[in-house]
Amino acid sequence: MAAYDEQEYTQSFQLGIWRRLFPLLRPFRRHLILLLLFNLACAAVDVLLPLFQRYAIASFIEGDTLQGLLPYGLCYLAVILFQALAVLVFARKAMFIEMSLGRDLRRTLFHHLQTLSLSFYNVTPVGYLIARLMSDTNRISAMVSWNLSDLLWALFYVLGSFGAMLALNWRLAMVILLIVPAIALLTGYFQGRILHWNRRVRKLNSRITGAFNEGISGAKTTKTLSTEEQSTDQFRAITGQMHTAGVQAARLSAIYVPLVLFCSSLAVAIVVLRGGVMVTQQVLEIATLSAFATYAVGVFEPIQTIAANLSEFISLQASIERATGLLDQKPQVVDTPEVEAVYGDAFHPKRENWEALRGEIEFRDVSFRYPDGGEDVLSHFNLHIPAGTTVAIVGETGAGKSTLVNLACRFFEPTSGQILIDGRDYRERSQLWLHSNIGYVLQNPHLFSGTVRENIRYGRLEATDQEVEAAARAVSADTVVAKLEQGWDSDVGEGGDRLSTGEKQLISFARAVLADPRIFVLDEATASIDTQTEQLIQQAIDHLLQDRTSFLIAHRLSTIRKADLILVVRDGQIVERGTHLELLRRKGYYHDLYSKQFAQEHAAKVLG
Amino acid sequence: METQFRLPKREKLGLVARYLRGNVGFFAAALLCACLSMVCNALTPQIIRITVDSVLGQEGVELPGPLEGLIRLDWLRANPIRALLIAAGAVVAIAALRGVCTYGQRVNLAKGSEGFVKQIRDDLYRHIQHLDFAWHTAHATGDIIQRCTSDVDVIRTFVCTQLVEVVRIVFLIVLYLSIMISMSPRLSLVSLVFIPVVGLSSGVFYRKISRRFQAADEAEGEVTTCAQENFTGVRVVRAFGRERFEEERFGRLNQRFSQLWIQLGRLMSVYWASGTLLTCLQVMAVILVGTIEAVEGRMTLGEFIAFVGYNETLAWPVRSLGRVLSDMSKAGVSMDRVGYILKAPEEEDGPEAQEIKLNGDIVFDHVSFGYAGQPVLRDVSFTIPQGSTFAVLGGTGSGKSTLIHLLDRLYDLGEGQGRITIGGRDIRQIRRDCLRRQVGLVLQEPFLFSQTIRENIAATRPHAPEEELRRAASVACVDEAITEFPEGYDTMVGERGVTLSGGQKQRVAIARMLMQNAPVMVFDDSLSAVDAETDAKIRAALRERGKGATVILISHRITTLMQADRILVLEDGRVADLGSHAELIARPGIYREIYEIQMSSDDRRLIEEGGTG
Repeated sequence: MAAYDEQEYTQSFQLGIWRRLFPLLRPFRRHLILLLLFNLACAAVDVLLPLFQRYAIASFIEGDTLQGLLPYGLCYLAVILFQALAVLVFARKAMFIEMSLGRDLRRTLFHHLQTLSLSFYNVTPVGYLIARLMSDTNRISAMVSWNLSDLLWALFYVLGSFGAMLALNWRLAMVILLIVPAIALLTGYFQGRILHWNRRVRKLNSRITGAFNEGISGAKTTKTLSTEEQSTDQFRAITGQMHTAGVQAARLSAIYVPLVLFCSSLAVAIVVLRGGVMVTQQVLEIATLSAFATYAVGVFEPIQTIAANLSEFISLQASIERATGLLDQKPQVVDTPEVEAVYGDAFHPKRENWEALRGEIEFRDVSFRYPDGGEDVLSHFNLHIPAGTTVAIVGETGAGKSTLVNLACRFFEPTSGQILIDGRDYRERSQLWLHSNIGYVLQNPHLFSGTVRENIRYGRLEATDQEVEAAARAVSADTVVAKLEQGWDSDVGEGGDRLSTGEKQLISFARAVLADPRIFVLDEATASIDTQTEQLIQQAIDHLLQDRTSFLIAHRLSTIRKADLILVVRDGQIVERGTHLELLRRKGYYHDLYSKQFAQEHAAKVLG
Repeated sequence: METQFRLPKREKLGLVARYLRGNVGFFAAALLCACLSMVCNALTPQIIRITVDSVLGQEGVELPGPLEGLIRLDWLRANPIRALLIAAGAVVAIAALRGVCTYGQRVNLAKGSEGFVKQIRDDLYRHIQHLDFAWHTAHATGDIIQRCTSDVDVIRTFVCTQLVEVVRIVFLIVLYLSIMISMSPRLSLVSLVFIPVVGLSSGVFYRKISRRFQAADEAEGEVTTCAQENFTGVRVVRAFGRERFEEERFGRLNQRFSQLWIQLGRLMSVYWASGTLLTCLQVMAVILVGTIEAVEGRMTLGEFIAFVGYNETLAWPVRSLGRVLSDMSKAGVSMDRVGYILKAPEEEDGPEAQEIKLNGDIVFDHVSFGYAGQPVLRDVSFTIPQGSTFAVLGGTGSGKSTLIHLLDRLYDLGEGQGRITIGGRDIRQIRRDCLRRQVGLVLQEPFLFSQTIRENIAATRPHAPEEELRRAASVACVDEAITEFPEGYDTMVGERGVTLSGGQKQRVAIARMLMQNAPVMVFDDSLSAVDAETDAKIRAALRERGKGATVILISHRITTLMQADRILVLEDGRVADLGSHAELIARPGIYREIYEIQMSSDDRRLIEEGGTG
C-alpha cells in the first residue's frame, strides 16, 4: 500500500498548505512574538560580541592604557547576562510552542477521527493513522518552533554580521560578500543530492526493520524449509545497499561541508591580504581587521543552516498535507442539525430527550452498496425483525456477513430505502442514541489497556463496583478474575494481550451485559478455545440473548439452531432465509454449509 | 522477558571489538584525519598572530627552528605586500589541507560505522535464523525487533559518534591547551578554571535529567497506545457510544505528555542559558585578563588575538564532552539487550551428524517428551512403513504436533526419552538441514513471506523451472486462484500486496512444500481452512504425484483420515489405538465414536435426504 512508502515531497513552496496551520497557531501568537523577539536579541548579541574584542584592542591595547577597563567589563557582563536571559526565554517559548501546538494538532485530529465513519476505518490501516497522529504532528510542531527559530537566527545573524562589516569598513565587506554567491552555488548543487540520498537511507532503514520483522516472524517456517542461509543472504543484500547508500550520503556532505569551510577560510585570507594592505595604508585598524576575521569565520556556517532549513521546510509541506488531509475526510454517516438539536452530538448528548428503545427493526426496501464497491450488495431488501428476535447470519469467511449488522447499527446507511427502529426511520434520531442501546461483542474481542474492572465498566461508565461484578458473574467472567493475581484490578495489558482469547471474550460479554442493551450483536469466535471456556461462553451467550433483539454472525451449530431466523449469505448477497429446519429441508446452500461444519465440529467435540 | 540479563563489562568490550574488526582501519584513519584537521585549524591563528605582530607591527618573529632557515625575514619585511600574500596563501593552503582531512575524516567514519553496523545486523539476523524453535516460541517478535533496530542504533551511536567524539574533543583540548600554555601560562589559567566547571555541570545536568527524559518518552508511548487501541477498537467505541470518554482519555494523556516536555523544556532552558553564560564568561574573562596582559607588555597584540581565538574554539566542545559522557551510559543497557540475543545458543549438529538420504521406515521407539516439565508424549511407540500414508487423530493438547516437531528435529529428544529412527538410523545422527530438506512440513498456520507468490513457492529451489512451479501449485489446487490475480505469480503477498484467505495460504504453503520433492511429507492439520471438496481433490493429486513418498496427515475429518493405510489415535499423549480404518471402526473406541457422530446423526440423515452425500 502506498501509505507505507515515503511519499514524494512537493518541491516548491506553497503558501496554501501553510495557511492550514494558521488557525492552530493563533492561540500562541503572543508566545510566537516573544520567541521572535528574543531570537532576534540572541542574534543581535552574537553579532555584537566580536565588537567587544575590537574595542579592547583599539582602546586599551593599541592605546596602551587600562583606563576605562572597569566600565567596559561591566558593560560586557551586562550584555552577556542579557544574552543568557534571551536564551532562557527563547528556549522556553520554543519548547512551549512546540508541545502546545503538537498537543492541539493531535487533539484536533483525534477529535475528527472520532467522527469519521467505519467505512473510513475499514480501508485505512491503523499504522497509517498512528503515523499521521504522532509522527507528522511531532514533526510539524518541532519544525515550526525549533527549525523556524534556527532559520530566523541564522538569517538575522548573517544579515547582522554583514551589516556590521559594512558599517566597519564597507570596502573590505564588499570583497567578502563576493564569496556568498560561491556558497549559494555550492549549496544549490549539493542540497538536493544530499536530500535524495538521505531519503534513500531512510527508506532502506524501514526496509531493514521490515526484513527483521519478516525474518523473525517467519523463523519457524524458514527452519522447516531449511532455508536459513538463503534468508540471511537476502538480508545481507539489503544491508549491503544500506552500506552503499550510507557511505554515499556521507561522501556528499563530506565534500560539501569542507567546501563551505574552505570558503570561510578564503574570506579570512581576503581579510589578511586586503585588510593587511589597508592596515599598511593606514585606512584600517588592526582591531577592525581582527573583528573581520572573526566575522569571516562565523558567517558562512549559518548560511549553510539557512539552506538546509529551507529544504527541510519544503519537505515539511508533505507532513502538513498528510495531517490536514485527514481533517478533510468527511464522515459518511452524520446526524442532521435538527436531530442534533434534540438529541445532542456524540460529545454532548442530551439524554433527557432520548426515548427508550424497544428493539424492533425493519429493513424497508433497502438497497446498499459500499462506498468503495461497484455493485449493490443488497437490493430492495425487506425484513421485519420483531423486538426480542434472534437473527443468525451464516456464510463463509469473506462472504459479507457483516453488511446487515453494519446497516442495522448505522455504521453505514442504506444507499436507498429505510431502516426503521421501533417504527421510525433511524436517521430521525442520533447515532449515539442508537449506539447507546447496542451491545457489541467482536470475534476478536477488543479490550483496552487498563484493569479488568475498567474494561467491564466501559459498558456503562457510571456503574458501581457491585454492578460491574454482578455483570461479570452473570456471564461467568468472574472465573477469569479469580485466576488473576490482582483480581479485578489486574492490568489486562495492551489490547488485553495478557489474557487468552477465551478470557477476553468473557470480559467483553460482561462489558456488554453491563451496558444492558436492547440490541445485541455478536460476531462469534471461530478460534479454538478449550472445552471448559467454550461451555462458559455458550452459557454467557444464552444469557445475553434473553429478551433482546440480537444479530449473530454465527459459527457454532448450537447458536445457529436456536436462532429464530437464519439469513444465509454468499458472495455478498443474501441467498436464503428461514429457520434451521426450513433451510435444511430446502437442501440448498445452507444445507451444504451446515453439513461441512457439522462434521468438523463433532470431531472436535469428541476429541476435546 | 529477561530484562535482567547483564553482559559482563569485559564481554561488552568484546562485543564491540568483534564488530569493529575489519573496520578498525577506517576508524583509525578517521581519527587521524580529525586530528590533522584540528592541527590545521590551530595553525591559522598563528599566521594571523605573525601577520599582526611582524608584518603589520614591528615585533620580531620567533619561527620554529626548521622554518627559520627557510624564510628570510628581512626579505619579507622588505615588501609587506609580499608578506601579506604569503600569509594569505598560507591560510588558503592550510584550509585546503584541512578540507582534505575533513573529507577523509567523514568518509572514513561513514565507511567504518556503516561497516560496523552492517556486521552487527547481519550477524544478529543470521544468528536469529539459527536459534532453535523453542527460543522463537518463547520470545515476542516485537521485542526482538526492538533489540535489533533501536538498540543496535544506540550501540552504533555510542561507538561511531560518541566514542569518536570523545577522542576528538580530548585531543582538541590537549592540543589547544598546550598551545595556549606555551603562549601564556598565566592567561591559560583563566581558561583552565572554566573547563572543569563547564564540563562537569553539563555532565551532571544530563545525568539528572535523563530520568525525566525517560518519563516523557513513556508518556508519549501511552498516547500512542491509547490512539492505537482507539483505532483498532473503533467498532467497540462506536457501538458503546464512547466517543466522548475516549476523547477525554486521549486528551488527558496528550496533555500530560505535553506538560512533561514543557517542564523538561524549562529545565533545558536553564541549562542552555547557564551554559551560554559560562561560555561567554570564559571568553570575556580571557579578553579582560588578556587585555591587561597585553597592555602591561607581557603579550603582543598578535598573541592576544590568537589566544582569544583558541579560547573561543575551546569553549563549546567542553560542554558537549559533558553531555556525550553522560549519554554514553545508555549504551550499556542496549548492549545487554543485544547481547542477550547473541548469547542464546544456536542449533548445532554434533560432530557425528551425517548427511544421508532418507530411506526406510520411520520408527518412534518409546518416545516420551514434554515442555517445561509438562509431559506431552508418554512412552509412544509406532512404525510408519516407508511409502505408506499414515494419519494421526487426536484432540487439542494430545501431542499430535509434538510428534511432528520431534520428527523434524525442531525439538530434540534427550537422554532416556526414547528415540526416533528412520531406516534404523537415529535421527539425531542426521544433520538437521539434511533432515529438514527431506521432511516436507506444512504447519497448521503457515507463514508466507512478503514476497511474490512465485518466490514463496520456489523458496527452497529459487531456480526451479516455471512448469514445475505451476505443477506444484496445480496439485495444491491453487494455480487457478493465482492466475486470476492481475499479476499472477508475481503478485505480492501480505501488506503490500493481496491478502490471501486462510485456505489460499495453506494451499500456497502446500505448493511450497511440494517443491522440496521430499521423501517424507507431513500435513499438520494443514487443510483445515480448505473446504472438504478441495481437500479431497488435493489428496487425490498428492497420491498421484507423491508415489513412493511417506505421507503423514493430521486431521479431524474422518473422510480425510479413512484413506490412510494406518491411523494412529492419540489421547493424552499416549497411543490409544492404531490400525486401518476398517480395523478401527470394527472395535469400540474414540475413532468409532467420531466416525459415528460424523456419519450418522439426525442431521446427517436430513443432509443425506438431499442426496448431496
